[in-house]
Amino acid sequence: MRKILVGVKRVVDYNVRVRVKPDGSGVATDGVKMSVNPFDEIALEEALRLRERGEASEVVAVSIGPDDAQQQLRTALAMGADRAILVKTDRTLEPLTAAQALLAVVRKENPDIVIVGKQAIDDDAAQTGPMLAALWDRPQATFCSKLQIKGGTAVIVREVDAGLETIEVDLPAVISADLRLNEPRYVKLPDIMKAKKKPLDVIELATLGVSTDAGLKTVLTEAPKPRSKGIIVKDVGELLDALRKRGLVS
Amino acid sequence: MSKILIIAEHDGSKLSQVTARCVTCAKHITGAEITIAVFASDPLAVAAAAAALAGVGKVVTITDPKHAHPLAAVLAPVVAKLAGDYTHVLGASTTFGKDLMPRVAALLGVAQISDVMSVEGPYRYKRPIYAGNAIVTVEAASDRKLVATVRSASFEAAPAGGSASITAVSVDAPTPAHTRFVSLSAATSDRPDLQSAQRVVSGGRALGSKENFQLIFNLADKLGAAVGASRAAVDAGYAPNELQVGQTGKIIAPELYVAIGISGAIQHLTGIKDARTIVAINKDGEAPIFEVADFGLVGDLFQIVPALEKGLAK
Ligand SMILES: Cc1cc2nc3c(=O)[nH]c(=O)nc-3n(C[C@H](O)[C@H](O)[C@H](O)COP(=O)(O)OP(=O)(O)OC[C@H]3O[C@@H](n4cnc5c(N)ncnc54)[C@H](O)[C@@H]3O)c2cc1C
Ligand SMILES: Nc1ncnc2c1ncn2[C@@H]1O[C@H](COP(=O)(O)O)[C@@H](O)[C@H]1O
Repeated sequence: MRKILVGVKRVVDYNVRVRVKPDGSGVATDGVKMSVNPFDEIALEEALRLRERGEASEVVAVSIGPDDAQQQLRTALAMGADRAILVKTDRTLEPLTAAQALLAVVRKENPDIVIVGKQAIDDDAAQTGPMLAALWDRPQATFCSKLQIKGGTAVIVREVDAGLETIEVDLPAVISADLRLNEPRYVKLPDIMKAKKKPLDVIELATLGVSTDAGLKTVLTEAPKPRSKGIIVKDVGELLDALRKRGLVS
Repeated sequence: MSKILIIAEHDGSKLSQVTARCVTCAKHITGAEITIAVFASDPLAVAAAAAALAGVGKVVTITDPKHAHPLAAVLAPVVAKLAGDYTHVLGASTTFGKDLMPRVAALLGVAQISDVMSVEGPYRYKRPIYAGNAIVTVEAASDRKLVATVRSASFEAAPAGGSASITAVSVDAPTPAHTRFVSLSAATSDRPDLQSAQRVVSGGRALGSKENFQLIFNLADKLGAAVGASRAAVDAGYAPNELQVGQTGKIIAPELYVAIGISGAIQHLTGIKDARTIVAINKDGEAPIFEVADFGLVGDLFQIVPALEKGLAK
């Protein structure tokens, strides 16, 4: 039966408005709420639904990150993943390195499907899925909003700029989850208790033989330039006058 | 000297404006020698448009029926092979570029810089993270190929005025059979294209139904504007997915952006921050959208929008 691997990245919660450190060395994450990347919750939800429909037998959540990422893996286990793997590192990694680490796990686990998020909301890179697919030499189906498994193939509807594209890929394949793929379930308290007993393996990134030097370094982090403050107009007439003055409407 | 390869984006017959924006980005790289690659089943019209962009030195065409509906898995090995002679490979950060370029980068064994918003040096760029709430400067190793996607909203389109040579090339790369195109359902509309429109009118959850969302279309038509939507409006089925604006939708930079019944979540704001003028219409005077609006109008959209339409007719 099919095995599904799901990428679970620990990121600053999407409700937090991040602040840049005054010395330009990064964003302040001390004491900030951390969560599972929202797209990864969607990825995991899809994997769980496939298992519940009998189209997969095992769902494995994988995170590459610090020891604290075990919290996000426990959330994944509480949602319903069967087991979890933490690839431990304290460094901030480029997506290329994350993809190489995921590949090392893929080689051990031999999944039929890998589902990741379309992007992580911290680096907003949207690279890991396609990079893993390239390194693995397997198909990719990014921005997936509908997934159907048919034997050894998957049919995927993708949200693209022009509309909706449907493609067919042979398994194993990498799929990246878009917002409208599903709505993730809420975790219930008994599930959190149960999750504590599920297996969570920890591997050191260093043991996987992956270089952490991706040839890219962040040299400065700045706050964006703010927009200048606007005005509140009192009615439609005043709005139209203001827009006419800027030559925006005739 | 920087030898830059730009992957053209097109629909089979028309070159997308995002490619002209990539050209402008490339021109900021010192000593740039710019080549545009057109992958298509019949590249002539697209190649002619690419060759006419000012600043482009050369256009290469790769003709193959398999490129009629480009698939990243099929295209990436060809691009990676073609990249051999270049120092930089650029694509737009559209769904096409975001699908293709990381696959190319991984095949080349290099990292990728996503969403370049400014060029600080041939190997030094700025890009947004955290939905645009922070901007990082990244430096890439100069002894490796540089692969990047270009944030279209940060660069003007390169003007016409070029007369680059057009050369057909053939690239010997494997064609994987594991990925197959099935169909594309693309909305056809007479309205301006959201990504490149000068004016955009967007509606949010407050519209309340697909029928009511027609108000947004009507106002847009009056203004000759494209239509956009918040994620909530798309999720609720009021508007199709390709109209979503924001962190995970389209990032746009029109002259005029009108947000109607949209609260202004950071994920939405990141898609509109580069608009020249932002107008917000919202009944909640505390809505965060007013923090970025040049002109805010507090009130009920169901009264304001028809009045606006009437006012424009005069
Ligand atoms: C990972 C992730 C990615 C996301 N990506 C995006 C994205 O790309 N784009 C995006 O837009 N969102 C995105 N979101 C969602 C975002 O967080 C907000 O939920 C969404 O933008 C809200 O849409 P809205 O403003 O239409 O709805 P709401 O937040 O519900 O706002 C509706 C507004 O309408 C006003 N209103 C109500 N009735 C009236 C009336 N009669 N007249 C005038 N005003 C009225 C209300 O005061 C309110 O401010 C993302 C979220 C996540 C977690
Ligand atoms: N450190 C990580 N651990 C687990 N999954 C990751 C990690 N980095 C990236 N991913 C996966 O790849 C997706 C895209 O991330 P990115 O390329 O960084 O935008 C995420 O949504 C995750 O599913």
